[in-house]
Amino acid sequence: MIAGESRAALDLEGIQVTFVSQDGARYTAIRDTSLRVAPGEFVSVVGPTGCGKSTLLNVAVGLLQPSAGGVRVFGEPLSGLNRKAGYLFQTEALMPWRTALANVTAGLEFRGVEKEQAKKQGEAWLQRVGLRGFGARYPHQLSGGMRKRVALAQTLILDPEIILMDEPFSALDIQTRHLMENQLLEIWSANRKSVVFITHDLEEAISLSDRVVVLSAGPEARPIGEFAIDLPRPRDVAEVRLTPRFLELHTQIWHAMKAEVLKSYAQQQNQ
Amino acid sequence: MRSSRTSKAALRAWQAGVFVALLAFWYVATSPTLVPPIYFDDPNKAAFFFGEPLRVAQRIWVWFSSGSIYPHLWVTLVETALAFVIGTLLGLVVGLWLALSATASALLDPYIKALNSLPRLILAPIFGLWFGLDMGSKVALGVTLVFFIVFFNVYQGVREVSYTVLANARILGASDRQLLRHVYVPSAMSWVFASLHNAVGLAFVGAVVGEYLGSSKGVGYLILQAEGTFDINSVFAGIVVLTAFALVLDWMVTRAERRLLVWQPRGGETEKI
Repeated sequence: MIAGESRAALDLEGIQVTFVSQDGARYTAIRDTSLRVAPGEFVSVVGPTGCGKSTLLNVAVGLLQPSAGGVRVFGEPLSGLNRKAGYLFQTEALMPWRTALANVTAGLEFRGVEKEQAKKQGEAWLQRVGLRGFGARYPHQLSGGMRKRVALAQTLILDPEIILMDEPFSALDIQTRHLMENQLLEIWSANRKSVVFITHDLEEAISLSDRVVVLSAGPEARPIGEFAIDLPRPRDVAEVRLTPRFLELHTQIWHAMKAEVLKSYAQQQNQ
Repeated sequence: MRSSRTSKAALRAWQAGVFVALLAFWYVATSPTLVPPIYFDDPNKAAFFFGEPLRVAQRIWVWFSSGSIYPHLWVTLVETALAFVIGTLLGLVVGLWLALSATASALLDPYIKALNSLPRLILAPIFGLWFGLDMGSKVALGVTLVFFIVFFNVYQGVREVSYTVLANARILGASDRQLLRHVYVPSAMSWVFASLHNAVGLAFVGAVVGEYLGSSKGVGYLILQAEGTFDINSVFAGIVVLTAFALVLDWMVTRAERRLLVWQPRGGETEKI
């Protein structure tokens, strides 16, 4: 293997995922999908709804075994859960019986970090995501945006080398969303890790990423285009959308995506 | 709109009103002098069949003031408590085990179903044979009643654990043991508590029915004795005492539930400033 190749933080190669249901029906969510993410790189994967984006992420974190192809993490083949990765779920993943602080420090506790130490780190992270003084609240006492912040802190406190995010902000209103995106960029710039960010929102993808990968409509989704985003950093996700270069990139990528979105829409109509 | 505090007080007042009305009806209907004998030919017969509230209250007062009921009450409460605790613990352990082990649950599924559909009160005389006429047989009967209630709820509760919460905890690095302690058990707890209210009642049923079928102590025994001499007032007094203590136990479960399930959302949790 060439030295340069092994340096990829995350390397998905020739991934195919075929689900077999109880009655024997087969459904291939993705096929022939390769994705390689360099250390410190922010990659977004966009595609129409139902194209298997989450499936790809579940393969990367080791929750799902691919039917074909392999996953390498810093050159090592992945078996079991990906211990170098943190995962931010689309839906609620906080433990409702733990306070915000206890949720943030859960990972440290599982790893046997001393309680006082964990608490100190947890408080610091809560402050970092703008939730100082909310540590004693339970998830149901927090708003959707606050819960996402807790989840973000819960994942990032473990300092994972690879951060996988599955449409983390899709359930938030637009203002909260911009705030969270800026916060994410700020935290990421301070300590650059590899990020794979799944979204169906092209603007979100462009404003956050170094690179945008477009998936085709499912079933049998595969990458159909890859675009480098050369917008200067630091970025403000709301302001960067008004720059001419952003619009150029948007037009370009949308052109590639449009046919797939229409295809996916037509499929849903037929169902 | 009125604040919730006054409406709660009003609700309590109405509840007390219903209680008083029921007592009044009982008193009037069984009094030999207040209503003419419509149904019974002898005006004293209503009191003979249904007891009289004042005499029931008097009987309870005598029991407690003379202290004669304490040994019986103590026996019944200990039986209930033991049945409740043992049945709950067994239900918890077996429920967790079967819910987490696919092989064990597949293997034992038909047996669990069979045991659950068995009319377990029938076992009371057999338990008397096995464990003697002392507390043992009553506790055993209570355990068989409590166990299944708790067991099925734990089983269901573990099955209903959110997939996302579970996957998240695993990715955060939880071992199987930690998953059990930090995800499965807390998640099942709300189901367990829902079942404990029923379990308390059934532990009581086990104890009292056991005593009723053969014993020399306990409130069930008192009731049986009173029935033997057609002392209907004592029967009702026994029932009232049992009901009062069942309510107390249920209230204790509610308290524990409030403390342990503090993380659960409750309706209308706002504060007026």
